[in-house]
Amino acid sequence: MPITESDIEKIAALAHLEITDEELHTLAPQIASIVAYVEQLKELDTSSVEPAIGGLTPEGASTAATREDRARPSLGQQLALDQAPEPSHGHFRVPKVIASSEEKENF
Amino acid sequence: MTVPGKTIETIASELSRGETNARAVAARSVAAAEKLNDTLNAFLQIDRAGAIARAEELDKEAGVAQAGAGTTKATLHGIPVAIKDNICVRGLQATCGSRILAGYQPPYDATVIERLKAAGAVIIGKTNCDEFAMGSSNENSAYGPVRNPWDTERVPGGSSGGSAAAVASRIVPAALGSETGGSVRQPAALCGIVGVKPTYGRVSRYGLVAFGSSLDQVSVFGLTVRDAAIVLHTIAGRDELDATTADVPVPDYAAELTGDVKGARIGVPRELFGEGLDAQVRARVESVIEAYREMGAEVVDVELPHAKYSIAVYYILATAEASSNLARFDGVRYGHRTEDPQDLKQMYRRTRDEGFGAEVKRRIMLGTYVLSSGYYDAYYLKAQQVRTLLQQDFLKAFEACDAILTPTTPTPAFRLGEKTDDPLAMYLNDIYTCMANLAGVPGISVPCGLSESGLPVGVQLMGRHWGESTIFRLAHAYEQAHPLTARPRVMAE
Repeated sequence: MPITESDIEKIAALAHLEITDEELHTLAPQIASIVAYVEQLKELDTSSVEPAIGGLTPEGASTAATREDRARPSLGQQLALDQAPEPSHGHFRVPKVIASSEEKENF
Repeated sequence: MTVPGKTIETIASELSRGETNARAVAARSVAAAEKLNDTLNAFLQIDRAGAIARAEELDKEAGVAQAGAGTTKATLHGIPVAIKDNICVRGLQATCGSRILAGYQPPYDATVIERLKAAGAVIIGKTNCDEFAMGSSNENSAYGPVRNPWDTERVPGGSSGGSAAAVASRIVPAALGSETGGSVRQPAALCGIVGVKPTYGRVSRYGLVAFGSSLDQVSVFGLTVRDAAIVLHTIAGRDELDATTADVPVPDYAAELTGDVKGARIGVPRELFGEGLDAQVRARVESVIEAYREMGAEVVDVELPHAKYSIAVYYILATAEASSNLARFDGVRYGHRTEDPQDLKQMYRRTRDEGFGAEVKRRIMLGTYVLSSGYYDAYYLKAQQVRTLLQQDFLKAFEACDAILTPTTPTPAFRLGEKTDDPLAMYLNDIYTCMANLAGVPGISVPCGLSESGLPVGVQLMGRHWGESTIFRLAHAYEQAHPLTARPRVMAE
């Protein structure tokens, strides 16, 4: 299935990326050619194949070890906020999150 | 005949004989990093003050120990190392080669860093890399490309190109990188050094900035196989803070380097030696196969019928996982934030637009596409199924052999700019390496001579899950018999 520039715009919105017209013109054919390349997997019949479990090695079921659930020291508020672009009163300050009713369409 | 330059062993024995001290070793390393950075751009941050202070501390401890009852020094006592800029070191930056993390300083040490520090290593700086480890040439760094010490018009490989160049130019004997699809073995091959990617689950990723979580592993560069073995032994093993790390004993890899390969069975998947493989790389790799025969190993044919699909599988899984992992870079808690955003959504979009480079955007887009509604089964699920088939290929091949041998890369180092316009051509650089990440098995790249134009070539050995010892031993035996004695053009004094 061909990938159009309007597909790319939709994906960019899903990915929270702003892209320029120029990027749109470059990205559409590039992504289309990469997708065309990965389509080669369709020649394999995998109807009876179990998907690999993300990350686990075939003999590595034991790697998904859990740890004891107990309280432990954490970074603390000061360190956690240390690298924040706009800390405020012990919190991360962000712009307006809740839209008014007429703005809601855009959210 | 040995590999030129100071290995961990050489430095350690000079330190123990009192011919030098940790401060002098660190000072030399830092000075070399500073001097060569104009040429190589290998370091994004050089921590002169921190490295010297730590080395002085180690010298003091050693002095106290000597006055006491002959306490033995830690394994990496006074050994200078470099760290890829996507691994967190407290007090140093971690930009991941991205504008979005310009100036970011993580508030904690990665587990691998804690272990290196405890073993006495001296961190001299953070190394350049492709943005968020996405790339095979280091040209995707927001801070400019790294240059190959063998030919500065050529790429060092990627994504861990800065760490590779730092070791190849003999600034440090070992460095940490990270791998998702070959980001340590590929630059190791292109820079004429050793690179090892351990078994998935062998090394903690706590404090490694995530890219493709089902593939990522902290990996190691060494000037020699022994250097890489010593460092991997130091950082490996179960960590509570990374649930994927396995409680599997970590052998003393360096102690197992016997030089003996008699009776070892080396599997060669001939179907991978065809299209796209440079004739000179092929010739060098054939010479390695011959060398193993001469040393008494048995060479057998093996098949990996699904290996040809590995790039396709890889670029679905890695981009899908990246699109999810990189959602955290939104301008809220750390890193760059766009100026005067009108609302939250605009802040996200502008921050990410300003912060991410072209390749990272391309991969986030591709990953978002393959995960988007209606496509999951056709792409992500399909790729995970083919991954199962590839894993089965490896298990079957390892019934007939102890290690699988291939080239590390299809070509020697290419020129800067040569492949930047064609993302797919760039991705094919990982054709021999990414299958080990998909299967979860360990792999090592060892230098096996130079091309006619004087560029290093690497050979790869892949082992069974948790079988690093075997590939270290085989790689070491080859290296002892055929060390790369040539010197790169750009090299520390």
